[in-house]
Amino acid sequence: MSEARATRRSPTVRLFLMGFLALWLIAAAFPFMWTLWGSFKVQSDFFSIQDWRNALWGTRTVIETGAPFTGAGYEGAWIQEGFGGAVFNTLIVTVCVVAISLTFGTLGGYALSRSSYNYTFWILMTALVFRAMPHITLVSGYLLPFFELNIWGYLSTTIIVLVAINQPFTIWMLRSFFMNIPKDLDESAMVDGCTRFQAFRYVIIPVMWPGVITTGLFSFLLAYNDFAVTAMLLSKENQTMVPKIASFLGSTQQEGNVMFAVAAVVSATAPLFVLVLFFQRQIVSGLTAGAVKG
Amino acid sequence: MKHFKIALLTGVATVSLGAAAYADGHGCSVTSGSVRVLGNEFPAIQTIAAKAQECISGDATFTSNLTKDHRDIQVAALTPNPAEYTSAVVANGSIVPLMNDGLIRPLDDLIAKHGADIPKSQLITINGEVMAVAFMANAQHLFYREDILAEAGVEAPTSYEGVLAAAKAIKDKGLMEYPLSGTYKAGWNLGEEFVNMYMGTGAPMFKEGTAEASINNENGIAALNMMKALSEYMNPDFLTYDSNAAAAEWEAGNVAIMNMWGSRAGPVTDNEGSTPEIVAATKFAAAPTLGEGDELATTLWWDGFTISANISDEDAEATFIAMINGINDETANGNADQAVWLSPGYKPSPAAVGVFASASATPYPMVPYGGLLHTALGAELTEFMQGNESAEQALADVEAAYTTAAKEAGFLQ
Amino acid sequence: MKHKTFLSFMLPSAIAMLLFIALPIVSVFTQSLFIEHEKVLITVENCVPLGGCTMETVVDTEAAAKLKAERPLGQFNGFGTYTNRNHLAFDEVSAFWHSSDTLGEFARQLYGLPFYKALSFTLAYTFLVTPLVIILGFCIALAVNALPRMLKGLAIFFSLLPMMVTPLIGSLILFWMIDSRGVLGQTLQVLLNDPDLSLRASPALTWIMLMVYGVWHSAPFAFVVFYAGLQTVPQDTLESAMIDGASRWERVRYVVLPYLMPLVTFIALIQLMDNFRVFEPIVGFSAEASATSLSWIIYNDLRGEFQLFGSAAATSMLTILGVAVLLTPVLIRTWRDFKGARP
Repeated sequence: MSEARATRRSPTVRLFLMGFLALWLIAAAFPFMWTLWGSFKVQSDFFSIQDWRNALWGTRTVIETGAPFTGAGYEGAWIQEGFGGAVFNTLIVTVCVVAISLTFGTLGGYALSRSSYNYTFWILMTALVFRAMPHITLVSGYLLPFFELNIWGYLSTTIIVLVAINQPFTIWMLRSFFMNIPKDLDESAMVDGCTRFQAFRYVIIPVMWPGVITTGLFSFLLAYNDFAVTAMLLSKENQTMVPKIASFLGSTQQEGNVMFAVAAVVSATAPLFVLVLFFQRQIVSGLTAGAVKG
Repeated sequence: MKHFKIALLTGVATVSLGAAAYADGHGCSVTSGSVRVLGNEFPAIQTIAAKAQECISGDATFTSNLTKDHRDIQVAALTPNPAEYTSAVVANGSIVPLMNDGLIRPLDDLIAKHGADIPKSQLITINGEVMAVAFMANAQHLFYREDILAEAGVEAPTSYEGVLAAAKAIKDKGLMEYPLSGTYKAGWNLGEEFVNMYMGTGAPMFKEGTAEASINNENGIAALNMMKALSEYMNPDFLTYDSNAAAAEWEAGNVAIMNMWGSRAGPVTDNEGSTPEIVAATKFAAAPTLGEGDELATTLWWDGFTISANISDEDAEATFIAMINGINDETANGNADQAVWLSPGYKPSPAAVGVFASASATPYPMVPYGGLLHTALGAELTEFMQGNESAEQALADVEAAYTTAAKEAGFLQ
Repeated sequence: MKHKTFLSFMLPSAIAMLLFIALPIVSVFTQSLFIEHEKVLITVENCVPLGGCTMETVVDTEAAAKLKAERPLGQFNGFGTYTNRNHLAFDEVSAFWHSSDTLGEFARQLYGLPFYKALSFTLAYTFLVTPLVIILGFCIALAVNALPRMLKGLAIFFSLLPMMVTPLIGSLILFWMIDSRGVLGQTLQVLLNDPDLSLRASPALTWIMLMVYGVWHSAPFAFVVFYAGLQTVPQDTLESAMIDGASRWERVRYVVLPYLMPLVTFIALIQLMDNFRVFEPIVGFSAEASATSLSWIIYNDLRGEFQLFGSAAATSMLTILGVAVLLTPVLIRTWRDFKGARP
């Protein structure tokens, strides 16, 4: 009742807000929808130099395949080029990165939120400087040692690197969530005789999930979308989706292969759709815990 | 230890068998050792890798990593001992860093043993030692539309002045708005266009025997001015056009003349993505000259395979036998359109005429500091091409950027 | 918290960061102080297919290996790499300063130097995109928050799309759409009534295009964080503001915004940092001719046949320095908060 009153809006404002949102949603979704539609066309339609409307009607698609829609892009990506393997690798990488990032991050973030010594501040600052380092430089630096240690090309190496690169952001974000959890909670548990770790285990862990889920979302997106690290550190057979898609393009784009990439991009976004719809409630509630008090 | 000896013996036995098989021209056999290939992802190189893999049987293993990022990882990948890859497929430019660091081995003894019938023309010989075996050649050469040129009433041009005149005629007749195209994308492509054009002047790019660039002269200015004049007849987006974009324009029938990679000749005439009329009217010729000289304004490129230095002799031998099989006549004639092959029995496809017609051009300079100048050209010429800078200023910028980089790399003091 | 407990909690995270970030940074910094050994060049005969034999210059690998074994890092150059023409270009800048009559001419000459060209785009991008992302993200969050519960999930998914589709491919497809013959390019030509309009041809339009892409791509991040914050705005404060007769705008301005201020700081912090390292759209949109960034310079040094590690290292250190300078106000604020929060 009170919520409804406090947030009630007049029809004009509502209309304006909805109009704005509609515009944004079109801007956000249009390129993707266009790609989705175009992924069922041939390359000379989707990338038509003669007339962009060919991508809508499939003029060349009809000439080349006999029907206005073709699944050739999907067939090429999934059957001919074995995109499924890349999907599986991505699954391993994202699950491991999210799990390890969050484990390391919650421990570190909790410690940072509960310590008031000066070094805490400096650790946070150093983490920021770490985050400022361009990834390309880091990756080129890794190459030689990784080859010499014979750990180049494996998924596990890439997972650890992604976890490390993502740590500064993770501990910053989780620290601010932990700052929101009252100190009295774990301190009173310690007064009752718990060790610090027990207090963390039994008092903090049950209430920290909203913050962890939000941070996990960003970790997930980083691992899912990363190109700079995965392209340079994974061997051909261990490629994840994004470098695999990039390899469909290559330096000399062969006729047809470009559509493999387009179809693969659509395929790669589909699980995200399912994920967001499925976790919608959790994401929203996770977000509601908010890192508001910074 | 005993085990090791046996493995070695089998290795030798197979190897001699493989050699015999190669001489017969009926395939090959590698039953031990490991073959690991790093290279670019061109269709031709994919074919070679597949063909090389056919030799593998028994305990031998084969892996390949064909990626466009191969140049970025090759030095790091070949440095450790044992190296990650036993063979790196390279070109004129990319063999240089491997040579600088001594990461590839001379092939003379392997050739004596297993490749006696490889013609000398396929061997990349540096300082008397064979460092690579080339399998394909490439060069940018003239693509032109016979029908459009006939309609405009001009002959196929043989010089860039002729190209300009033809472009003017086509535009004046209203046949096409932007009759020319090229790979002028800022970066490597633009640098390559300048190097090509500069070769047309016949002047060297470096002072004899030193790493000092000498392009800031009347030759450089002539080359730049020609590039600028050509760009007036190109789509205004030309600084974003790589060979993919330029080839797409060609297939769409928007361009009448361009100086384009020979490796694109097959794909643009393969009836995919283009109309039969455009394909039928697409003709190839030697690269144009600059001015009245007879130096073609293009550079010759080769692709070849090398064998790593930091691997066992057994792996080196296995790799050599497999790769030699990968580049034989059968590969070449079975995939004639994928590349201009160098193997002796190759029957050139019609798409290869342009590269062969350009065979008198200068090879792309294999000097160790060439890549640095190329990078500097690609980055510093854009403002001139956009019309914001004079040719002299652009060339001075290139030299300054190059000199700084060459000092960092130890080529200049 | 005791030092020892702190350490044991912090250890996994710290080890990961030390090993994979701190160590590389130290090595990168060291590398940036050195240049490579003087290369001994020799002239030998080279034979290649079709081209025949020519005399070419090569590096004497034996001599190079010997020098490298003696001093693996190369020749010490101090901060020479930082101040040379391809980086801060001290000599050139002072020469331009003395030779140019007007400030405009000086700026134009400065723009001809690769580092300053990249810096100007990087800064313009950072300072335009960051506030726009914050504003747009805030507005989207307000709008989505006003939606009925049913529609929220769908709206959140679609709002997240720009951030989810991998930038590499996203920009490739967008690049085609904004081509003068693509769907967006043609629409713009009709809207602006200019049939020759090409976003790719002019530097100014390329800059705008990259920035619009940047805002589009990063707005979802700000949206997600703000949306989270909006859920926790205390309803009773809002209500009492309403009872006091505050208008809708006043409530947003005086209640919601101050409450979300820490989030603005957080987003600004992350966005300033990310935007300062802008790179992928430049490659994706083939915009190198008109816009380069510091990260792009690093990429240009590291890609291709000859990799200039020292040069890339110097630019990387300058990038870190730049980020540190940008973030100083935020850092000071965090320090005050930190001190204030201490018991």
